This record gives sequence, structure tokens and C-alpha cells, in this order.
Amino acid sequence: MAFVPPARHLLEVDDLARAAGLSKAHFSREFRRTFGESPYVYLQTRRLERAAALLRNTDHSVAEICLEVGLQGVGSFTTSFKRMYGVTPTEYRAAGAPASAHAVVPACVVRAYGRPQHRTIREDSSAIQT
Amino acid sequence: MKISTAQLWVHDQDEALAFYTEKLGFEVRSDVTLPEMGDFRWLTVSPPDQEDVAVVLMAIPGPPVMDEQTTRQVEELMAKGFSGTVFLTTDDCQGDYEQLKARGVEFTETPEERPYGIDCGFRDPSGNSLRLTEVKLPANV
Repeated sequence: MAFVPPARHLLEVDDLARAAGLSKAHFSREFRRTFGESPYVYLQTRRLERAAALLRNTDHSVAEICLEVGLQGVGSFTTSFKRMYGVTPTEYRAAGAPASAHAVVPACVVRAYGRPQHRTIREDSSAIQT
Repeated sequence: MKISTAQLWVHDQDEALAFYTEKLGFEVRSDVTLPEMGDFRWLTVSPPDQEDVAVVLMAIPGPPVMDEQTTRQVEELMAKGFSGTVFLTTDDCQGDYEQLKARGVEFTETPEERPYGIDCGFRDPSGNSLRLTEVKLPANV
């Protein structure tokens, strides 16, 4: 936990500049010179990558994911996502396996919870060993 | 062999998710509800720069997965703070403490000097204890 990001506040260029101890203009210039892209583009890329991971690994809605990664509107999210991945967030999710296939739910959990919930014989009082 | 996930019982997964993401700054690694498993929800979180390790925030099941007596026992242990602990490290215990406190995290121990560094303790909404340690390197290293 080297760095605790503020609650519901996603990093902005200002935060990066402050962390580096440089003015925003100087930071942006040096960042671009060193890494070949502006810090804004870098942050935007990280957000879209994070959104893609959430589309794959969760069943959160596209609108929820948009907010979770700190993008303002679903419209601009869809546009920038499509620019980077060639498909809309909804298409991206539909093209991959559902999140349930990605979630590595251990077999012991699947056995315990996947059991039929309604039984006619009385066995509710005995726990299942996981 | 590597640690991939460790489990914590939680009273309410939404409440736990809000705490770990909004107060602690963790990220959701997976959040999937499986209708074929009685809407079992597999919910994992971990710090932003630790994508390969996660904590499963597991709802306490009732019958038939867990009998009622065991459920009660788990709840009692959680209430006492004995059901599990997550140990975190940081390079700025005092700074993190102040940030987390400002966000309403309830501390059980304020930062204190220890032989191994400085650490503090707090609890999640379910009563699980967490310790945050800034490890001091031995002087002769």
C-alpha cells in the first residue's frame, strides 16, 4: 500500500505533477519527452485498460464501469474505448467469455454452493466440508 | 507456488466492497454473480499495484452450505475481531493513517513505533482486523 489513492478520486495529471514535485506544464513536457506520450493520454490508456479488465472480470454494467474508472460519460467512454479496442464496450464484453468463465471460483466453493438448494430429505443441519 | 487469493468473511458484500475500494483504495479484481450457484457472488479486491494477489470478500453462507450453528459461530468470531486479519505494508504508515482516518476508517490502534517499524490497526465494517505496517530495515543491511 505504498500509495493510497483518495476515495473515488482517480488520478489526474495534476496529481502526477504534484507527486513528481513539478509544475503541471513542466511535468507534461518532461513526461512526453521521456515516454513519448502526454500524461493525459497515458492516464486515459490506463483507464481504458482497467475498463477492459472490468468488462472481462466482472458483471458490472457498462455505465458502472465507466464511473469506476473515472470517465465522465458513457458516450465519450464508448467512443474512446472503440478508438483503442476497435469495438464498443458492449461488443468487447459480448465477444469474450462471460465473466463467470474468467472468475477462478475454486472447485470446493462450486461444490458447496452449486449444490441444489432445495432438498426433500432433512440435511440442512449438516455442513458441507469445503 | 504463489499466493493468489485469501478469504475473508464479510457481513455484506456491497458494504465490504465500498470499504475496500472507496476507503482503502483497492481495486475490484473480479465480481461475478452465478445464478446457477444460488446467486453466489465471487468478489475479489486487491491493491492497485498487486494484480496477482487478491482477497475474496465472501458472504457467510447459510444452510445447506453452512449449518446455522457454524454461521453463528463465524459471526461471533467476526464481531470479536478474531475471524481473520489482513496484514498490509506501506512506506508511509503515518501518512496513510491520516488519509484513512480522514475518510472515516475506524482505527483500533494509532501508529506506534515497534521493534520492526511503525504500525497501526483498524477494522473493516464486518469487524475483520487489518494491520498497516511500515517495515524498518535493519540498520546493518
